Amino acid sequence: MTAHAASVSHAAHDDRPFIRKYVFSTDHKIIGIQFLFLSLFFLLVGGLLAMGIRWQLGFPGQPMPLGGWLPSSVAPGGVVAPKTYNSLVTMHGTFMIFFAVMPLLVGVFANYLIPLKIGAPDMAFPSLNMWSFWLMIPSGGLMLASLFVLGGASAAGWTVYAPLSGTPDYSGVHLGQQLWCVSIVIFGLSSLLGSVNYITTVVNLRAPGMTWFRLPLSVWALFITAVLAILAVPILAGAVIMLLFDQTIGTHFFQPDAGGQPLMWQHLFWFFGHPEVYILILPAMGIASDIIANGARKPIFGYSSMVYAMIAIAFLGFIVWGHHMFQSGMNPTLASTFMVSTIVIAVPSAIKVFNWLGTLWRGSIHFTTPMLNALAFVSMFIIGGLSGIFMASTPVDMYIHGTYFIVAHIHYVLFGGSLFAVFAGIYFWYPKMFGRQMSERWGKIHFALTFVFYNFTFFPMHILGVGGEMRRIYDPTVYDFLRPLQPINVFITISAFLLGLSQIPFAVNFIGSLFKGAKAERNPWRDTGLEWTAPSPPPHGNFAETPTVYHGPYEYSVPGMEEDFLPVNTPPAGAGKAT
Amino acid sequence: MHWWFPSNASSVGGQVDSLFYVILYVTGAVFVLVEAALLIFLFRYRRQDGRRATYVEGSNRAEIIWTAIPAVILVSLALISQPLWSKIKSPDTYPKNADRLAVEAKQFEWHVTYPGPDGKLGTDDDFMKKDELHLVVNRDYVIELTSRDVVHNFFIPAFRIKQDAVPGMHILVWVRPTVAGTYELACAELCGLGHYRMRALVVVQTAPEFAAWLQSQGVASSSAPDASRAAGKGAP
Repeated sequence: MTAHAASVSHAAHDDRPFIRKYVFSTDHKIIGIQFLFLSLFFLLVGGLLAMGIRWQLGFPGQPMPLGGWLPSSVAPGGVVAPKTYNSLVTMHGTFMIFFAVMPLLVGVFANYLIPLKIGAPDMAFPSLNMWSFWLMIPSGGLMLASLFVLGGASAAGWTVYAPLSGTPDYSGVHLGQQLWCVSIVIFGLSSLLGSVNYITTVVNLRAPGMTWFRLPLSVWALFITAVLAILAVPILAGAVIMLLFDQTIGTHFFQPDAGGQPLMWQHLFWFFGHPEVYILILPAMGIASDIIANGARKPIFGYSSMVYAMIAIAFLGFIVWGHHMFQSGMNPTLASTFMVSTIVIAVPSAIKVFNWLGTLWRGSIHFTTPMLNALAFVSMFIIGGLSGIFMASTPVDMYIHGTYFIVAHIHYVLFGGSLFAVFAGIYFWYPKMFGRQMSERWGKIHFALTFVFYNFTFFPMHILGVGGEMRRIYDPTVYDFLRPLQPINVFITISAFLLGLSQIPFAVNFIGSLFKGAKAERNPWRDTGLEWTAPSPPPHGNFAETPTVYHGPYEYSVPGMEEDFLPVNTPPAGAGKAT
Repeated sequence: MHWWFPSNASSVGGQVDSLFYVILYVTGAVFVLVEAALLIFLFRYRRQDGRRATYVEGSNRAEIIWTAIPAVILVSLALISQPLWSKIKSPDTYPKNADRLAVEAKQFEWHVTYPGPDGKLGTDDDFMKKDELHLVVNRDYVIELTSRDVVHNFFIPAFRIKQDAVPGMHILVWVRPTVAGTYELACAELCGLGHYRMRALVVVQTAPEFAAWLQSQGVASSSAPDASRAAGKGAP
């Protein structure tokens, strides 16, 4: 763990042994790639769990394909048992949020992009950074292990509401819930180590000339996200430790019979949980902004208003958590306050959407695979943002709260928003990461299939929600008023399976291109960013000499220039070379 | 096929639905305009030989316009939501002469306690009925909602009413059914392995039907408050 590993001299000759270079590496790029493989694996796990959920909802009580392989305590006769269903729902949410989308956005792109984009040789604390990744192994491992312990995995929903979660007598889950808690605490530590690093790196290691208002929006977004994480994640860790104590050493923080308060869990959870929503969307916004400017060959429209909008979202993100609790028994007047703050936070989100449209306006739009995914991000985020307004209105929320309308909303934001941006980012930076191009043709096939089946899967959920279908219901056909909706559930289930299968072209393209992809040049997308001035992949230490920045991040189609992009480190005409 | 709102059967359901439609029309219009603009831009400004993107960095005027317009629309939506919300959820605005019922949620049952002939909860003639909530049409009820174990949620889709039942808390829910019929009460907060079957029937009856039902439960129903209410057809 030599902390000086990041010194520039390493760029020339790299004589680290294999294990320091690729396994216990302090190189931010390797760590980013490690996060990429790990979180794609968890994306697969979360996706498979979702298939189990969808089978049961589409075909309640029928044996699941391959279900016969599961032990009869989990799926008797191949049919998902009610408690198994609750665990599926819980662990799908847990894996997707904590182990797939958050590390995909933050672990991968903050690690990989921040030093390269600001012209730094590595992170400020490379060893901490290595620990941030390696803590994810016990964290994810414990969470995976909880699927296999006696009593099953946590079955209290990803929000693990107390006292259901804290009392094994109520949930039937013993060890599974404790492993959940320990895993999340370790996850929190990993997230904090990463965030400290990102913040320090952006503050201290920017190359000469890389002023705050020359930072690409992706870096701004990741920086703001790190600040959010450092303020919100400790609250989660603290609350989870209290929950663990309730289960194991007999405290009663959330248990009313001894003076505890179930609502306190909800307040603590959502005080973390709402900033978390923005942790999961701000980096996506940043990534999409970079790619849209590149694809439209135009400067981002209203750069500074984009930055201020993100800062506003971050601040307001801490005072809207109560909108998850309108129907919780919280004082209804307090709910009105949260309605107003929630309504206000929609404004900066709207500003961002209009600025993306402004960026496309009079552009010269190249429909590359990353650009298509970034555009899908914008168009799906519009739907997710608009559907959120229904919930912000307290009386309307009363009806749609806890229904499939909410499930539709969160998936429009986290899949339609975040995951499309993740795909955009992977397609875009893959050549830099691995020195090879992914196939554009298969990338477009993957995009088209995903976009269609994604909408087929999640759009009809709005209708289920308006019909009143509750989320986390093992068998909706128990209710007379839900039975007529069942054909929609069948349609969704079939679409969800096809959506799952549509990821095969991505997996094949991703893995195949590692070995067979065309060699990537330095700057295949003709981008202005600093990372594209380094070789593909960049060596340890990134830049042969520290770059100097002369321009803003999005100088595309500058009048009077032959090329349609101006790399940020191009010295202005007439000026001498700085270094 | 019934793929939309269940038909409304409460005094507030119509207003909740109207508010939903207001938001649907506003967001629907925004959705169409913004997505159409996106598609038009994608087509109109697609890459073409010999055409370069126009170098535009932004416009303060545009920023002000698209900050102000959404802000005004959104704040208006909050303003029109607020009165309905306090009407539904603030106990100080509930009708003073409403009948009282107690509903206790437990894994995975609804225990409905009726006040019995004296019309008062907490007296000896109270009686409890599992998973059946009988209400008289056009009468106001204030339900004292509690939970014995975990957080549940009291959800009657046909009434558009939803309220968590929280252990250790005593929450008042006002309902006024307006259409006779049989509806469903669902638990809408994950409460354990039998969550999905935590279902009860809501039977909205006329006053004579309700009286007959009480009798069938072995409860004398000739009490004065009940009879006078029945005659007045549930005047508030």
